[in-house]
Amino acid sequence: MFGNFIINGEKKEISFHSSDLLLTLLRDNGFTEVKEGCRQGDCGACLVLLAGKAVNSCQVLAASVMDMEITTVKGLGTIHEPHIIQSAFVETGAVQCGFCTPGMIIAAYALLKKNPTPDAEEIKEGLDGNLCRCTGYEKIIDAVKLALKKDRAK
Amino acid sequence: MNDFLNIGKAVPKRDSLSLATGREKFTADIQLDNTLHLALLYSPHAHAEILDIDYEAALKLEGVVEVLCYKNVPRVLHTTAGQGFPEPSPYDTVLFDRRVRFVGDRVALVAAESMEIARQALRLIKVEYRLLEELFDIEKAMSDSAPRLHVDDEFARIPVPYQPEKNLAATLDITFGDPDKAFREADFVEERTYSMHYASHCAIEPHTTSAFFDEQGRLVIITSTQVPFHARRIVGYLLDIPTGEIRVIKPRIGGGFGGKQEVILEPLAALVAWRTKRAATITLSRSEVFISTRTRHAMRIHLKTGVSKEGRITALDMDALMNAGAYGPHALTVLSNTGSKVLPLFNKIDHLKFKGRTVYTNLPVGGAYRGYGATQGYFALNQHLDIIARRLERDPIELCKEWHIGEGEGSRVFEVLGEGTEGVEQIIRSCKLDECLDRGAEAIGWHEKRNQRLKGPKERVRGVGLAVAMQGSGIPEVDMGSASMKMNEDASFNLLVGATDIGTGSDTILAQIAAEVLKIPSQKIIVLSSDTDLTPFDVGAYASSTTYISGGAVQKCALKIKEQIISVAANMLKAETKELYLGEERVINRQSGEELPLQDICTYALYTKDQFQIQAQASHTASESPPPFAAQFAEVEVDLLTGRVDVVKFVSAVDCGQPINPPLAEGQVEGAVINGISYALCEEYNFNSKGKMVNPSFGDYKIFTAADIPEMETIIVSSYEQSGPFGAKSISEIAINGPPPAIANAIFDAAGVRMYHTPFTPERVWQELNK
Repeated sequence: MFGNFIINGEKKEISFHSSDLLLTLLRDNGFTEVKEGCRQGDCGACLVLLAGKAVNSCQVLAASVMDMEITTVKGLGTIHEPHIIQSAFVETGAVQCGFCTPGMIIAAYALLKKNPTPDAEEIKEGLDGNLCRCTGYEKIIDAVKLALKKDRAK
Repeated sequence: MNDFLNIGKAVPKRDSLSLATGREKFTADIQLDNTLHLALLYSPHAHAEILDIDYEAALKLEGVVEVLCYKNVPRVLHTTAGQGFPEPSPYDTVLFDRRVRFVGDRVALVAAESMEIARQALRLIKVEYRLLEELFDIEKAMSDSAPRLHVDDEFARIPVPYQPEKNLAATLDITFGDPDKAFREADFVEERTYSMHYASHCAIEPHTTSAFFDEQGRLVIITSTQVPFHARRIVGYLLDIPTGEIRVIKPRIGGGFGGKQEVILEPLAALVAWRTKRAATITLSRSEVFISTRTRHAMRIHLKTGVSKEGRITALDMDALMNAGAYGPHALTVLSNTGSKVLPLFNKIDHLKFKGRTVYTNLPVGGAYRGYGATQGYFALNQHLDIIARRLERDPIELCKEWHIGEGEGSRVFEVLGEGTEGVEQIIRSCKLDECLDRGAEAIGWHEKRNQRLKGPKERVRGVGLAVAMQGSGIPEVDMGSASMKMNEDASFNLLVGATDIGTGSDTILAQIAAEVLKIPSQKIIVLSSDTDLTPFDVGAYASSTTYISGGAVQKCALKIKEQIISVAANMLKAETKELYLGEERVINRQSGEELPLQDICTYALYTKDQFQIQAQASHTASESPPPFAAQFAEVEVDLLTGRVDVVKFVSAVDCGQPINPPLAEGQVEGAVINGISYALCEEYNFNSKGKMVNPSFGDYKIFTAADIPEMETIIVSSYEQSGPFGAKSISEIAINGPPPAIANAIFDAAGVRMYHTPFTPERVWQELNK
């Protein structure tokens, strides 16, 4: 079947199977920044924004989100114009292997949208759905704090 | 002391922005045209003989191209361990065997036009099994009545003790002095049994490999590996393809921790590609990673020490029994590391015995896992230290300071325990463990909190615990890394290394090392790593070797470049080379004060006279493996009603020599610590009575998230290791060793119960509290 998807602000007509997960549809169409770590909604590596809300794209049927705004980490910023959160991840050393990073940044973005002044505990809770095995989360939490600080200074 | 331009600086990890903006490609992100999708059929039985496989129906399914099993794949014994050649691990594995030895063992493979078809085809394969007696118990494995797992032609590639006829995948025995006599004469003897359990690495990127043919018909393998060069060698061996026909490319890797030091999927994708002349790709599901790849080796350690009333260990006997699972990758070397990385720490024990046995069982396969046997050994040793200190009414910090190996000292254990061979004599040249102990103690509040049984809220009590450790930096006289460099007109340099950045940041720190030699900013180094066609050889990312071994190669290589730069400058300035020295981005004549920018030197060399490119290559091995040292402290809160243990604070003080990049060094410690705490408290393989893991998902196999982490403090204690590049040693593994014993010691300090067996789940702690 065919459907319209709005991905990172661009409207695309995409051919897909009715049983396709949003994760599969995105990856099959070049949005490989959306990672697959478990396909069970447990790891958060495939997190995207769906109409501004963070969802695990492996738990969403593509057919159910036609015409909705989908944002991946590439939609937040680019290597030339990174988002504050992306820069903060770089500056704090929050990126090791980087496999969880796109999902983690989406989670951080959604958290700050919902709660622009989270305390340390709220940051930890906001990232609770995203697994990282490299960093021990310490520098990821630092990154979110730095992004907050930078955002306030703007 | 530190007037470095690059070393010790917080240079951002060079691929971090491209990763954070989603541009980098991991193996599964590189999508190939017209690729075959591979799916595996696994054994549902822990031990069985396959009488027959009927795959006709699967092969007839539209879209199925190939079905592989023991019937059509040559039986080539090998080890999946990605180690140097010849490997010290037994050759006990074939791609598809007639016998299956654990739930999750490989039975057949389907290659199809889509994953859906491949999976559908798996259901059409009929396998006739004859069930065999199962073996799950490591003690029973050595008894005469136990079933034998490997009864055919399995063999050891090098002369190491390998006795499959006794289910023994490896054995080690060393004795110094007269331990029996020393035990008899000791003022008291402590004797305890400890055990550690199965665990998964949980790299968030699952194992994945693609294979295809390039324009000229050579086989290209893109794979999520820690060991690209070993992968190439092993694939060539298994498929009988010359090494030169294979190119292995490592793109970005989503974490390894030892789990990708195994060559598991590469031969399968390569085999299908080779037979079908098409691209083939395989990505494991999370549950397949849990059940079918590799694990931390479960181990039981019996530890006995004889102690004098003055507080000296006079004799020590460590008896380690390791569970290899069904096959023996790293069966010998993990076991030997339990001795060689642990016993030398307290090097003043005259009478010493180490007995190691690795046994086969019908459980998942152990492999390399961050810590590599040291984790298991230190779990026992550090609790023993605490027990002895309490018995002597001494502070374990003080005891540790009296006992531990120091600068200028060696250990006979280094000499006898190597990795499949004898070890290497070694003298410690850098050790700041005392400083680690002192600074760590202060950070945790050791002297105020220990032995206080501090009350937390409600029925909770608090305590603190200590663990110390050392590791190594590469495998001496075995590991080798290489680098090559060439200079460009703008005084940038291409650095090509075999070293395998799996997320650790080695590309970044190797650039820092090269840049430091050349006195340029590290941004002027362009790094390409781990492509067997383009980069020189390196053993890969394991054994905490990259900074020390590969970094040594980079330093040597850059020094050769520096020599060439000076020599060209001498021609240009008509000066003697000894009059010249390298300043920041220039060569300076110390007599005349004349200066030449590096750009001009390169341009001259490329275009002006006696043209050549300034370029060099170097390889590096080491005759020693200088250990980093760590003192780690846990403060825990134990709920006396429920048995729940929370780590409130965790402090790590680590001597890694000169840290090349402090934030990256801290990141290694923090990641290892959280992995270690998570392992100590909640991660666990749950097996049913038939040997099947029943919790193969992140939902059921809990690992720590951001919400679970304690307050963490990481103290990098700088020392200078004269044999390492700019004084550096390793840091990637050591910090995983401390959490389990430090937490166990803290639980005792808080609640008076001793946890000899991991993990410390509420149920287990509650049971101890209510004994």
